[in-house]
Amino acid sequence: MMVTARSSAWVPHAVLITGLMLVLFPVYVAFVGSSLTASDILDAPMSLIPGPHLFENFARALGSGTVKTSGEPVAAMLLNSLVMALVIAGGKILISLPSAYAVVFFRFPLRRLCFWAIFVTLMLPVEVRIIPTYKIAADLSLIDSYAGLTLPLVASATATLLFRQFFLTIPDELVEAAKIDGAGPWRFLIDTVIPLSRTNIAALFVILFIYGWNQYLWPLLVTNTPSMTTIVIGIRQMIGNGDTQTEWHIVMATTLLAVLPPVLVVLLMQRWFVKGLVEAEK
Amino acid sequence: MERRVVFSGWLFPALLLLPQLAVTLVFFFWPAAQAILQSVRREDAFGLSTRFVGAENFTAVLGDPFYLASAETTLLFSIAVAVLALGAGLLFAVMADRVVRGAAIYKTILLLPYAIAPAIAGVLWLFLFNPSIGVVAVALRRLGIDWNYLLDADQAMLLVVLAAAWKQISYNFLFFLAGLQSIPASLLEASAIDGASPRRRFWTIVFPLLAPTSFFLLVVNIVYAFFDTFGVIHNVTQGGPAKATEILVYKVWYDGMVGLDLGSSAAQSVILMAIVIGLTAIQFRFIERRVHYA
Repeated sequence: MMVTARSSAWVPHAVLITGLMLVLFPVYVAFVGSSLTASDILDAPMSLIPGPHLFENFARALGSGTVKTSGEPVAAMLLNSLVMALVIAGGKILISLPSAYAVVFFRFPLRRLCFWAIFVTLMLPVEVRIIPTYKIAADLSLIDSYAGLTLPLVASATATLLFRQFFLTIPDELVEAAKIDGAGPWRFLIDTVIPLSRTNIAALFVILFIYGWNQYLWPLLVTNTPSMTTIVIGIRQMIGNGDTQTEWHIVMATTLLAVLPPVLVVLLMQRWFVKGLVEAEK
Repeated sequence: MERRVVFSGWLFPALLLLPQLAVTLVFFFWPAAQAILQSVRREDAFGLSTRFVGAENFTAVLGDPFYLASAETTLLFSIAVAVLALGAGLLFAVMADRVVRGAAIYKTILLLPYAIAPAIAGVLWLFLFNPSIGVVAVALRRLGIDWNYLLDADQAMLLVVLAAAWKQISYNFLFFLAGLQSIPASLLEASAIDGASPRRRFWTIVFPLLAPTSFFLLVVNIVYAFFDTFGVIHNVTQGGPAKATEILVYKVWYDGMVGLDLGSSAAQSVILMAIVIGLTAIQFRFIERRVHYA
């Protein structure tokens, strides 16, 4: 154990507390905003002490949204975001685990080519292929559908790479034992590989759920009707051009609702998530 | 690395690969090819016919002062975001590595912005700094600072940089902390016994050992600032005032979806692809090196 000079012991705490305030202050102000009335906020500067309208504002947001979002209730947006995040996270795991298994546990022609084809998608994020991807979604009539919202984001080189890396560490003896027992590749996948990958799957799920929930550019392009709006896009529409018509108290209630699910996922699964994140990027 | 013992057959692995390859082909390679094709063509005014124009779209884009201004804005924005987010992440990680009491709470709270979408981070900061209602904006005005990022280009840039960096601190903090905790304590103890001060220990031992992590994070942060911050810009400034915060990704979207200039937008997409490929290549060269020597 190292001896630290006593006089400097408070410095780390002071710096870290500053850090906590930096992180929490914007969220706290949003919380206060969601407990006030529209005129409390417009009458700048608003109070920094929470008001009595918290539940009222959340109920209004969830039930009827704002005029600028055509009265689309935030509850429906939350559902859209949840479907999007779950399908993207589940879909990525569901298609990348088998493909990594195929690349690692078999030898077949074009194996390397297949792996590289998946690998280079790392270099083609939605942001660099905006218009053509939109056109293809339109040609396949995927605009304003859950399939359109999720399918183009489901292919994932990151998940495939992570599973591949993990599969390479599975001892050869396990494969040999399975073969001696007469288990084919399907049995080995179901009975051995998937149970062994449980922790990796959980960690990846957290990262991908957050990735899916926080999508912005693609939902902005591919959804137009209010009933398909995700919550992150809904907030943008509620703010509009930020004029006096903006119902900031409802916007802030909605913002907190948008932040809550991914924050809860991170908090509840913190251990897995930290491990998964640091390993996924190695 | 390859496995020694494998299963035989090709049909089963082909079926396992099929879903991923299909999605990749339809939504990655096909649009990427379309972007490249579109980038060497031009449509007539009515969208009835297209003709091959070679590199004309590229020379037009690269000769366009607005594009070059946007490239410069992107560079400035990315460097500012990376420096700020890396600096803060490193500072908090070094401090969190030193404390025992409360370490778990500090760590948990500093992780929270990771869960928050860049677009939402933009909204939170917008609410603080909006010239007419923001509490910080009002406080700044009382201090005699004329705060209005809707008119002042530098203030607009500052605000989007702050919002974008705020979200990225968590990620950097986490990786720096993991890096710090993998430094053998015996190394630091030996140097402490030799009489090195904490400051000296940091600069001669900790910092060099963190260099690989820092370099990796630098690339990740630049990629983040280039491509993942569309939501911040779109929510906070819409590229304004007078295009002062129009980063390249925002411009591709704007020129393609709002301006409907498909040839130019496609050429811009192809340029962005080249940038991502370059950045990814740098990242993987570095990872290979780390695998060899770590």
